[in-house]
Amino acid sequence: MSPPLIETRGLSMRFGGVQAVRNVDFSVAEGELRCLIGPNGAGKSTFFKMLTGQLRPTSGTIFFRGADITDLQPHEIARLGIGVKTQVPSVFNGLSVRENLWIAAARHNKGHAANLAMETQIERLSLGPFVDKLVGQLAHGQRQWVELGIVLCGAPTVILLDEPAAGMTDDETIRTAELIKDINSTHPLIVVEHDMSFIRRIAQRITVFDRGAILTEGNVEQVFGDQTVRNIYLGKQAAA
Amino acid sequence: MIALMRANAGLAAVGVIGIALLIGLPMAVDLFALLQITLYAIMSILALSLAFVWGYGGILCFGQSAFFGLGAYAYAVAVINIGESTLPLLTAVALPAALAAGLGYFMFYSRISDVYVGVITLTVALIFYHCINSTAGPEYHIGEALLGGFNGIPSIPSINIPFRPDAPLEPEDMFYVSMGLLLLTYFGLKGLLATRFGRVLVAIRENEQRVEFLGYDARLHKLIAFSISGGLAGLAGCLFATWGNYVSPTVFSIVQSAQVIIWLMVGGAGTLLGPVIGCFAISWLTAEVGTQQIIPANVMLGAILLGFVLLVPRGIAPMVTEQVIPWLISLNRIATPRRRTAQKMQAQAVKAQEIKA
Repeated sequence: MSPPLIETRGLSMRFGGVQAVRNVDFSVAEGELRCLIGPNGAGKSTFFKMLTGQLRPTSGTIFFRGADITDLQPHEIARLGIGVKTQVPSVFNGLSVRENLWIAAARHNKGHAANLAMETQIERLSLGPFVDKLVGQLAHGQRQWVELGIVLCGAPTVILLDEPAAGMTDDETIRTAELIKDINSTHPLIVVEHDMSFIRRIAQRITVFDRGAILTEGNVEQVFGDQTVRNIYLGKQAAA
Repeated sequence: MIALMRANAGLAAVGVIGIALLIGLPMAVDLFALLQITLYAIMSILALSLAFVWGYGGILCFGQSAFFGLGAYAYAVAVINIGESTLPLLTAVALPAALAAGLGYFMFYSRISDVYVGVITLTVALIFYHCINSTAGPEYHIGEALLGGFNGIPSIPSINIPFRPDAPLEPEDMFYVSMGLLLLTYFGLKGLLATRFGRVLVAIRENEQRVEFLGYDARLHKLIAFSISGGLAGLAGCLFATWGNYVSPTVFSIVQSAQVIIWLMVGGAGTLLGPVIGCFAISWLTAEVGTQQIIPANVMLGAILLGFVLLVPRGIAPMVTEQVIPWLISLNRIATPRRRTAQKMQAQAVKAQEIKA
């Protein structure tokens, strides 16, 4: 049997006296769309940052297709094919949309191929109308899509998204959900999200974090029907 | 496409003007002025070295004079010992580049923040200044070269035609060499910034984390850029030492570093043409004010810097390309319809007269 796409064993992170993530065993298979949810301070973001190399775990190991990536630098993790979209759009504000995507595409493509990869994503994400504008001048939702475009131009194997719908209007959220489903037809995804209606739109399998550990894991009905989950997190939202 | 043509038109204009100055200036001005312009061209190379690493790489180096001074001293010591300038010239570029690479390795690979990069580079320049300053006395020498403490090293041999120590360059030749190297540096950096390396470097300035998420090693890019910048500053230092046949520890001073930053802020740090303009303008102004002794030159420099930071924060070059030129174009657009209305009215008047007649 081939190893899981991403796997963690005994992953822990301690900040001084605070145990942010505690002994997490987690695994995602090829092709999956996995959502991570949990209340504030549950350790989702810390866990996410350890997967992308922004934080180094206090103990435990992270595997990508069976290879230990725990001690790699962020750019080395990226080179393995892990694409990252951060919570606050991480883009090049002083450069045009086109230049933003080119930088990403030029990592794997030479010359004309980089331009081609760039044009493909401009079309896929409908960035055409503002492709020559500086990214810093765009609205928040547009910047989120530009960042998605950057991630896709990097031709990743798997994509990690941290709150992709944060700060979006309802229409933008719906469109982003459609985009994510479309992206999942070709890429496995891990999505950290707060917005429950958004989760309902896209979720297949959900992992629930609480106080630094995995509380439960299952498909949408199982998780949303779980009484403990409702108590700690979903509360009124799920009842509604 | 139009943007591309416009960008190349600007580049071509700089090339034509540069070559015209290179050929025309020696005929147009006297030797004293030519010597001054040579100095400004040398200092412009120093300005470009910082413009590249700060304006495009986002690495604020407060101690560019460390590399400038090291280049000057490396040339002086080597040429006095060897007696021929080809190898000393290469040393004067390689040594500062190597120092920058070493320093850059510790700064960038340990991921210290930008503020500390400024502090560390400034400190390194000060260490050089104080060390070289306290080398007075015959016991401080490297081979045949006496370091001379704060008195510096006098009578440094000029650059000679490669491998011909009997053929030193005349002051006019020094102008051609310095101006030619300035043009070469300008177009070399322009070319470098158009490559993937250059574009990723600018992206690092914008967002280092994103660049790493894309799989580029930001540390290595910064290290290479910093080293190139150090080598260019060393080249300027070497030309400076041979220009006056003299070098003293003031090449390492804070004033020297601060001056470069002022040139960039006045000319426009995010461009390559701006720093050259800033360097020429400020150096010329300082020289003029210095001879008149009405106000101290440093007070004037401070006032200019303050004025620019408050009124033209992005510098001369961006202001001209983004505000003055569009403004002139808009003036032209407004003028054209007006002229048309005037013509129409004239035509009507003529018609009316014809009807009357």
